[in-house]
Amino acid sequence: MSPTSVPSDVTALRDRVRRLRPFAGFLARRVLIAVLLAWGITLVTFVLTNMVPGDPVAANLGQRALGDETIVAQWRAEHGLDKSPPEQYLMHLQALLHGDLGMSQQSHRPVGDDLAEFVPATLELAGVAIVVSLVLGVAFGMIAALRRDRPADHALRMLSLIGISVPTFWLALLAFYVFFYRLQLTPGSGRVDPGLGAPESVTGLHTVDAALAGQWDVFASALGHLILPALVLSLYTIALLTRFTRSAVLEVLGQDHVRAGRAKGLPRRVILRSYVLRSALVPIITVAGLAFGSLLSGTVLVEAIFAWPGIGQYAYKSATTLDLPAIMGVGLVVGIVYLVINLIVDVLYGVIDPRVRLR
Amino acid sequence: MTFTITELRVTIRGTEILRGVDLDVQKGQVHGVAGESGSGKTMTGLAVLGLLPHGAVASGRVELAGRDLLGLPDKDLGRVRGNEIAMVFQDPATSLHPMLSVGRQLTEHMRSHLGLSRAEARERAAELLAKVRIPGPAEALTRYPHQFSGGMRQRIAIAVALACDPQVLIADEPTTALDVTVQAGILRLLRGLCDELGLAIMLITHDLGVMSAIADEVSVMRSGAVVESGPRDTVLRAPSHPYTRSLLEALP
Ligand SMILES: Nc1ncnc2c1ncn2[C@@H]1O[C@H](COP(=O)(O)OP(=O)(O)O)[C@@H](O)[C@H]1O
Ligand SMILES: [Mg+2]
Repeated sequence: MSPTSVPSDVTALRDRVRRLRPFAGFLARRVLIAVLLAWGITLVTFVLTNMVPGDPVAANLGQRALGDETIVAQWRAEHGLDKSPPEQYLMHLQALLHGDLGMSQQSHRPVGDDLAEFVPATLELAGVAIVVSLVLGVAFGMIAALRRDRPADHALRMLSLIGISVPTFWLALLAFYVFFYRLQLTPGSGRVDPGLGAPESVTGLHTVDAALAGQWDVFASALGHLILPALVLSLYTIALLTRFTRSAVLEVLGQDHVRAGRAKGLPRRVILRSYVLRSALVPIITVAGLAFGSLLSGTVLVEAIFAWPGIGQYAYKSATTLDLPAIMGVGLVVGIVYLVINLIVDVLYGVIDPRVRLR
Repeated sequence: MTFTITELRVTIRGTEILRGVDLDVQKGQVHGVAGESGSGKTMTGLAVLGLLPHGAVASGRVELAGRDLLGLPDKDLGRVRGNEIAMVFQDPATSLHPMLSVGRQLTEHMRSHLGLSRAEARERAAELLAKVRIPGPAEALTRYPHQFSGGMRQRIAIAVALACDPQVLIADEPTTALDVTVQAGILRLLRGLCDELGLAIMLITHDLGVMSAIADEVSVMRSGAVVESGPRDTVLRAPSHPYTRSLLEALP
């Protein structure tokens, strides 16, 4: 290395630090907002859960025990139901800070343990669905925009219309019937073949755990079980992203900076990647963030039909039995997932658009 | 070196928007192209670079250093764009990419056209910014277009256009979107660059005031054709075409 290049390296580093500093401030602000919102979520889940009409005592004690006032009083005291709501909330918050989400009245296990078992199953399903929708949705949208008014565009727009209109539960049933029952192309319900058994839990994601343990037969089985429900779950999001990416890209293609980039003699591929896609990402990310919310609510239906042991199933069971600690736990998890999605969207705006991170 | 446009015709979906434009721009001269809005000035510039809107068909000759650019395949034209002929657009707020740093936008085509390394390109980029009088050029490279004023942005766009030492610069209403107070500065800059670098500048404007300030030659366009052309003083002082006269009378 020549001696003159040393100071230029130092300058480059200093430049980088200078550019990162405002970004750190931007990031810190977003995270702070997220933490405040997380606190808000604990309050909302608490209030909503305690406003539910229905008597948890009646839902959890037998007919005989309900007749006995001392048993009822004891049960209420045990679950803190004899305290005032603000006191109950403070107790709830204190317990939360210690990672204690209470005992599920159905499974008679700590809610935290239940969630640790069911949440990863949903995350695995939704995570694959999200990645699939992003990759396919953005790719299809780009293709449709660049082939505007040609057969590929017409076909993709038709598919996107279908994907947006078809209800998820119907699609799930249909896919299950056709691909498993009729064609036997995909394995049936659950996360792995019953004969194989789940891999030892490290992350709770069966595909990852199986790969970590080197159990490739389990990995293949887990992946096979994932494909169909994940595709069903992602279809709506793919369709939505295709449509929005197409219109975003078409709009950007007509912008001045794209013409200016071409006037500079940049190759088409560079223009598409660093000029067009970059600008189009802002609306795409906005829609993606919203779409992932609806994708999560879709998991309840898809999990039910594919007998996927995830949080959707757990939420359904807890709600029907008025299992308050479990309901609050689920509410908290769902709230935090939405929060994290929003945080990611906000941070991504800052990453791609300097006008957001540098005032 | 001369840059010559002969009998340039452009048709979009059956409508002829350029009906035989003739224009030639000499090295070291500013050739002003005037004409009311919609007369085809922008389309002439875009046709030269092969950047016409979708569905447009061009015919005629656009000659640079003995080659006809209209006949070139897009790949070869890509080596002419930004490298031999560069263009500055009307509004720097939209013609610079808002999400890419000034340094990136100044260096990317230098690297592909001139084959410079990243460090060489950045060094040259800082020199270019100094040449268009951006204060603190090295630091300016790390900043983004929105952090500059309109006039500064247009200077940056001019630096971007000059990056690969083009022979021809097409400036399409480069001052129209700017504050009146900075317009004169941009025009002086263009005039200075033309003299210093021996550029051939095709300056498009609907403003005859701008024209009389810096042009050597003037062509007046109307509905897709040049109606009058000649040295500035002849065209502006003693116009022979009634349309030019009416344009001059409309001046305040
Ligand atoms: N995309 C397009 N499709 C069809 N006609 C167009 C398009 N863009 C411009 N035109 C027409 O071309 C003519 C010349 O436009 P233009 O060169 O932009 O005018 P000027 O720059 O002189 O104001 C105008 O009549 C305009 O309506
Ligand atoms: Mg114009």
